[in-house]
Order: sequence, then structure tokens, then C-alpha cells
Amino acid sequence: MSTDVAVLGVGMHPWGKWGRPFTTYGVHAARAALADADVAWTDVDLVVGGETVRNGYGGYVAGATFAQALGWNGARVATSYAACATGAQAIDTARARILAGLCEVALVVGADTTPKGFLAPNAGERWDDPDWLRFRLLGMTNPAYFAMYARRRMDLHGATSEDFAAVKVKNARHGLANPNARYRKEVSAEDVLTSAVVSDPLHLLDICATSDGAAAVVLTSVDYARRHGIAAPVRVRAVSTVTPTFPNTVLDMPNLSTDSSAVAGVPERTFKQSIAHAAYEEAGIGPEDVSLAEVYDLSTALELDWMEDIGLCKPGEAEAMLRAGDTTIGGRVPVNPSGGLACFGEAVPAQAIAQVCEVTWQLRGQATGRQVEGARVGITANQGLFGHGSSVLLST
Amino acid sequence: MTATPATPAIEGWFTTGAAAALVGARCTTCTTVFFPRSSSGAGPDGHGFCRNPACAGEEFEDVELSRRGRVWSYTDAQYQPPPPYLAPGSPGDAYEPFALAAVELPEGLVVLGQVAQGYGVRDLHVGAEVELVVETLYADETGDRTIWRWKPVVELGEEADQ
Ligand SMILES: [Zn+2]
Repeated sequence: MSTDVAVLGVGMHPWGKWGRPFTTYGVHAARAALADADVAWTDVDLVVGGETVRNGYGGYVAGATFAQALGWNGARVATSYAACATGAQAIDTARARILAGLCEVALVVGADTTPKGFLAPNAGERWDDPDWLRFRLLGMTNPAYFAMYARRRMDLHGATSEDFAAVKVKNARHGLANPNARYRKEVSAEDVLTSAVVSDPLHLLDICATSDGAAAVVLTSVDYARRHGIAAPVRVRAVSTVTPTFPNTVLDMPNLSTDSSAVAGVPERTFKQSIAHAAYEEAGIGPEDVSLAEVYDLSTALELDWMEDIGLCKPGEAEAMLRAGDTTIGGRVPVNPSGGLACFGEAVPAQAIAQVCEVTWQLRGQATGRQVEGARVGITANQGLFGHGSSVLLST
Repeated sequence: MTATPATPAIEGWFTTGAAAALVGARCTTCTTVFFPRSSSGAGPDGHGFCRNPACAGEEFEDVELSRRGRVWSYTDAQYQPPPPYLAPGSPGDAYEPFALAAVELPEGLVVLGQVAQGYGVRDLHVGAEVELVVETLYADETGDRTIWRWKPVVELGEEADQ
């Protein structure tokens, strides 16, 4: 039995700091995706919203909020929350219902607004919440976690600040012509290296900003796509939403510690390695087949970790691959041809969907100004708080 | 000097005194050690659910973790973290950056902590040995509130000039 679903339409609202309600962004992206699919909203029989936690009641029930804004059409509804993996879990819900034959045309929407500065936990004294405790007891911000990973690469693999800067330079260049990117300007290595250090060894320009933004996809059964006149749609081949395997031995935000491996032993794969692995297994596709990857460059150095975790190279080899230009458009496996979070910034419930939009444009040959020539297979990867990770594999 | 005694910023996570140590919760069934204790993993009353998926244990005992470990990684906070972080000192004092370390203990787990006062990222590297100390984190109406910190172990002959 095929587990493919068709990506019939994709759309975004340009990312930035626009100061408008998240619903505005979401509906804009949804209408763009529906227009791209040439599907009427009234034909959609499932709507799935990516939940946003900073926008009160409407944000917590995002599926219905978008449905109401688009005009009630009686569709089935779901809302998903999984931190940075929210969008992929929303896609997974739609895919599962399509494969089960419970719906044919699903609209998946994620949108967010974000405050300025460090992301911080919710207010109030919450002594049993690790996300609150990491700030109170340690002053441990998100960049501090990214910096721990970066410093470890330096001490173990010989990565340099110049390598990290090179990731930013590459992604900034990739995003130059992307109409949905917030930042569209060249950045030099010197710009990165002379920006203020936030958390040693990471500079301000090594760390992604927060943004407003939205992304949407229209998923359908392959049969529906065919009846709709699309014989060879881009297909979702796998969606991985795995949790970690005990013991989780790599420090994860927002935890204060890892599990102990003393009794249970070290698992075969780290959590981040297991995320893409599950997608490859499900699709019967290997990393050697991948034409391009969209991964969460929350920090420049994290992109190097992801290259290894999704199997583009062996552990410790990402710097060499980067230096050889293999991950630049025109290279062997371009990474973040969209410009990545470096150019977009974080809009949490939207970004995993945005990755799928970019891969779809790439596989259709529509990524004007940033096209990976001959792209056949694309993979996305991300990790959210508390054991949420996801990876989506798409192919022509 | 404060008139009131210093108390831990969080109850039951570490001991104080000359040989201060983190207090882990050890599953009495599979012997896996957890830190910190949590409502779902190992409750403060010694009950909870073991997070080892192969174990159905629900009883835990306190165990002091090793006081020394090796640095898994490290960084610092060059900008003041947002609340609920409380800066030490008086309101209006200039922000003082501090370092953070993730430390691998012989019990097979990695534990985060701030780095002891007077030390920074320059004093650390992956694999370096550190030792647990207890220092003041901030002060509130009850007096000084303390926290565990990781202090680089300086081998004989390596001490920096003071
Ligand atoms: Zn147990």
C-alpha cells in the first residue's frame, strides 16, 4: 500500500515583523496555497491549524480560528501543538486522515506573531516546570543551548567561528531572491564575526531572529490529485514525528540534565539522528538519494549538526563538507536553499510547514533565483521542546 | 554578611556543607539514577514512575551524585537572561556575564550548572574536570538563596596567579 499523499498547493505570508494578528497571516498563506492548488476553500474537508501559544484563545484553537476566518465550510478540524515540530505534526494529522480514507482535501496552516528579544517562559512561579526552572536557577536561554552544541563542535571536531560564519554567509546568499524571506541582503563573514557575542562562541548573527510569518499546504489523496488533472504531483513520502529513545543522552532544551545511560546503555541513535532515520525508513529512501535539505538553523553551528544527523555526512565531517561548497546551491546537496531561519527567523507553528513549501517549490522547479537544479528528493528536519522532533521526506 | 542563613534556591536538589553534592533519585527496581527529581519521574516523597521504559518501578531513594565530572560543553551569558532569572546584587547594578557548563558525571548523565564565581569560558574545555560547589545565586526577603555550581579543578602547578 502506498503511503504517499500529494502536495497540491503551497503558500506563505512573507516573514517579518508586521504587527498584525496571526490570523491575518494564516489566511493569507491559506488562500495562496488554495490558489496554487486551484482548489476552492469550500472543497476542503479537513483543516488543521498549527497552534500558537502567545496569542490567547484564538491561537490555542488555531484550526477553528483559521476556518472561521476563511468562512465556516463544515470541514473537520484539528489543532496541533508540538513546539518547533508543530507544523509537521499538523501535516502528519492531515496525511493520516487522507491515508485512512477519512478525507480527501486537507488544508494545513501555521502562523505566528513573536515578541522582541529572547523567547522566555510563561509568567508565574512554576517550580515544577523545567522551562521556568532553567531560567530561574541557571539563566539558561535558548542561545545558551545552541552555544553548548557549537562549542562542543569546536573542541571535538575543530570547527571554527569562521565555519559558523560561513553558514550564515551561505544562507544569506541563498535567501537573496526569496520573496518570502525577511532578510534579503548579503552578509559577510566579518559582519558575523564582529557582531556581539551572545553566548560564547555564538555571535548575534549566528543566531536566528524571531519573526511573524505564515505557511500553508493543501494535501490531497493521490487519486484526488489525478482527478484534479495533476498526474505527477510532489508527494509526501514520509512524516517522522518520533520521540527520543531512553536514555536521551544529548542535552535537550529546556532540560537541566540528560537521562543516565549507566543502566540502560547508550541508544543506537541520538534523538536528532533518529528523527530523519525514521523518515528514511518509512519512505524506503536513503540520505544518498537526497537532492536538498531544509533544516533548522536556529544557530549557524546547529546546521552543521543537522547535516550529520540527517546522514549527509559522518559525524565530524560537516565542516569539511561546508568548506568544499557541497551545501551551497550548485553543490552536491544544498542545505537551506530557502535561506533557512537565518533569512526567515522563527515563527514557530509555521516554520516546519514553510520547510515543506520550499521543498515543494524546489521539486517543481519553481524556486526562482535559488533553484537546486534537477531536485528529485528533499528532506526537512527540526526539533522542538520536550522530545518533539520531525522530518518530512518529499519527492517528485 | 547576611543576618539570615543561606538557603537553597530550590529544596531537595542538593546538599550544602563541606562536601556538597547533587541529590539524585535512584529507582529501587532498575537502579537508574535521575536528576533532578520530578513529579512524574521521582517524587519528593520517594514515589513516582521510573522513566526507564523497561522498568515499572515506582519507588525511589535519594542518592548523592559524584561531586566531580567532566565538561560536556560550556558557554556564557553575555546578555542578561529574561525573567524569571534574578540577577544577583541590588537592582540597578551593572549586569555581570556568567559562564555555564554541562557536566558529564560518572553516573552516566549530564547536568547543567552555572560556573563558579571567578571562572569563565577561558578556564574550560570539553573534557576538563570540574567539581561541585555551592554559592549564592540571588538574595530575596529570606536572605541569600544558593545554587550548585561547577568549579574547574586546577591541577597542582597550574594555578593562575591571583
Ligand atoms: Zn526503574
